[in-house]
Amino acid sequence: MASPLTYSNAELLAILRATRTIAMVGASPKWNRPSYFAMKYLQEKGYRVIPVNPGHAGKEILGETVYASLSDIPDRFDMVDIFRNSEAAGPITDEAIALAKEKGIKVVWMQIGVINEAAAERARAAGLTVVMNRCPKIEFGRLHAELSWGGFNSGIISAKRRRVQL
Amino acid sequence: MSEQDKRGNRAYGFETRMIHAGTQPEPVTGARQTPIFQNTSYVFHDADHAASLFNLQTFGFIYSRLTNPTVAALEERLANLEGGRGGTCCASGHAAQILAFFALMEPGDRFICSTRLYGGSITQFGKTFKKFDWQADFVDVDDIDAVRRAVTPKTKAIFVESLANPGGVVSDIEALAAVAHDAAIPLIVDNTMATPYLCRPFEWGADLVVHSTTKFLSGNGTSVGGAVIDSGRFDWAAAGRFPGLAAPEPAYHGLNFQETFGDMAFTMQAHAVGLRDLGATMAPMNAFQTLLGTETLSLRMERHCSNAKAVAEYLEGHPQVAWVSCAALPSSRYYKLAQKYLPSGAGSVFTIGLKGGYAAGVKMVESCELLSHLANIGDVRSLILHPASTTHRQLTEAQQAAAGAGPEVVRLSIGLETVDDIIADLDQALAAAGKA
Repeated sequence: MASPLTYSNAELLAILRATRTIAMVGASPKWNRPSYFAMKYLQEKGYRVIPVNPGHAGKEILGETVYASLSDIPDRFDMVDIFRNSEAAGPITDEAIALAKEKGIKVVWMQIGVINEAAAERARAAGLTVVMNRCPKIEFGRLHAELSWGGFNSGIISAKRRRVQL
Repeated sequence: MSEQDKRGNRAYGFETRMIHAGTQPEPVTGARQTPIFQNTSYVFHDADHAASLFNLQTFGFIYSRLTNPTVAALEERLANLEGGRGGTCCASGHAAQILAFFALMEPGDRFICSTRLYGGSITQFGKTFKKFDWQADFVDVDDIDAVRRAVTPKTKAIFVESLANPGGVVSDIEALAAVAHDAAIPLIVDNTMATPYLCRPFEWGADLVVHSTTKFLSGNGTSVGGAVIDSGRFDWAAAGRFPGLAAPEPAYHGLNFQETFGDMAFTMQAHAVGLRDLGATMAPMNAFQTLLGTETLSLRMERHCSNAKAVAEYLEGHPQVAWVSCAALPSSRYYKLAQKYLPSGAGSVFTIGLKGGYAAGVKMVESCELLSHLANIGDVRSLILHPASTTHRQLTEAQQAAAGAGPEVVRLSIGLETVDDIIADLDQALAAAGKA
């Protein structure tokens, strides 16, 4: 079920540090859905998360207005986080490529279980960074030692003292 | 080992990981050794933070029955050493077994386990588990076809020991994993006697590993503890028969662990439901002592194995010894399996049979000066025990024989003392037993 990690820690950290605003496609208003968990966590870590879900357009999730599509979002955003199936990730990625310049999109991130190699190839050709089959919440937690609090194997070996904001 | 993996991150070796995994410097103070968080409860930032924690939406601590920073450090270290996704530490090895099955079993369910398990496990599975309406089917797991035939629609797991306590028995993990996966159930391996230094069951297809951390992992005889490590590879939803992991959980307002946490589902469930409701938590001090033990695991296991092999060879040539059951010896029927699954050494716990029977066994353990007569294994000190009169006393004679703990059997756990001293003590104890 778990596929091997194919991204370096340094690469993922660089993405998470450079990103400020995330458009989350497939964000759910239901509190016990995985996308809601991820959105709430990422908000807590200081990211702005803009939900995209045509079935809930105009409503609010966690204080943010829901848009029907990426092109409906009035603001700029750095990352598109895809909480849809692998097939649906294709056209969403194409929309992200088309909007990349206008919106400032730099990263297309597909969630755990979402893998669309052809779409990833098109995005990379357009100069975007692509992450597939990963969750930004879990990677943020893993790289900042929070996943370790739950007894998970972060794979991080380091004798460096992490800086804590006080 | 120790090369770049495909992510471009360094793939650190076992010895580096046994010292560093799970224990980065404590960020607030910079403390290099892991602090003992002797603390029950954790302050919330605000009501929303508390809600996120209780909903499992964010990582963090609520109450030490569920998670504690010192215990979490040990959990991550053990998960890392086994090559697993996550770990759940608990009060003892027996607690680990309950915790593992609690996630998998419903009343009326069954599981298959080896007839040669540690006597305490046989009693727990065969007697106490019945009170939960969990039925253990004991099978000779050397007979892979017999295991296959024992699978029923209600069977939810196969449970074996990588290296069985007490008797030098090695399980064919790869073959048993194939049987389990054909039946869409997980293989659980108790890896206490081997430790992840000698054997890593996940590399042979096992899905869950349990430990008594009391033994070699701590090594110092100070702290009782247990752990369940999840490989993260078993698809609980696809199997469709594990509602505890892949159906809406009423105690979390319909949360589905598999759907929400993916390959982290088992470890999340084991903390958020298992430890929460069973309450068999590991104490932070015990986690600290066990972390100290794991820092020297490879060095200790190497010496344990070489001392044990030398002692076993000596005993095999002793006229009062009828047999030695130690997988490190070519005479063992498990020697080939040991070469496959335990190439660095077959552990340090094994049994011998005395020609003088029950009376000689009792006299031998009572005559030792250096070896401690007690009911534990995996200590730096050499230990000796007569199972039929102690650990396996609750079993019937037939069960004792099947478990390799008949009346003539003496169990040894060879420690790290000077090997000639261990042999000299056994030599004089056998001389005394010869007069019994």
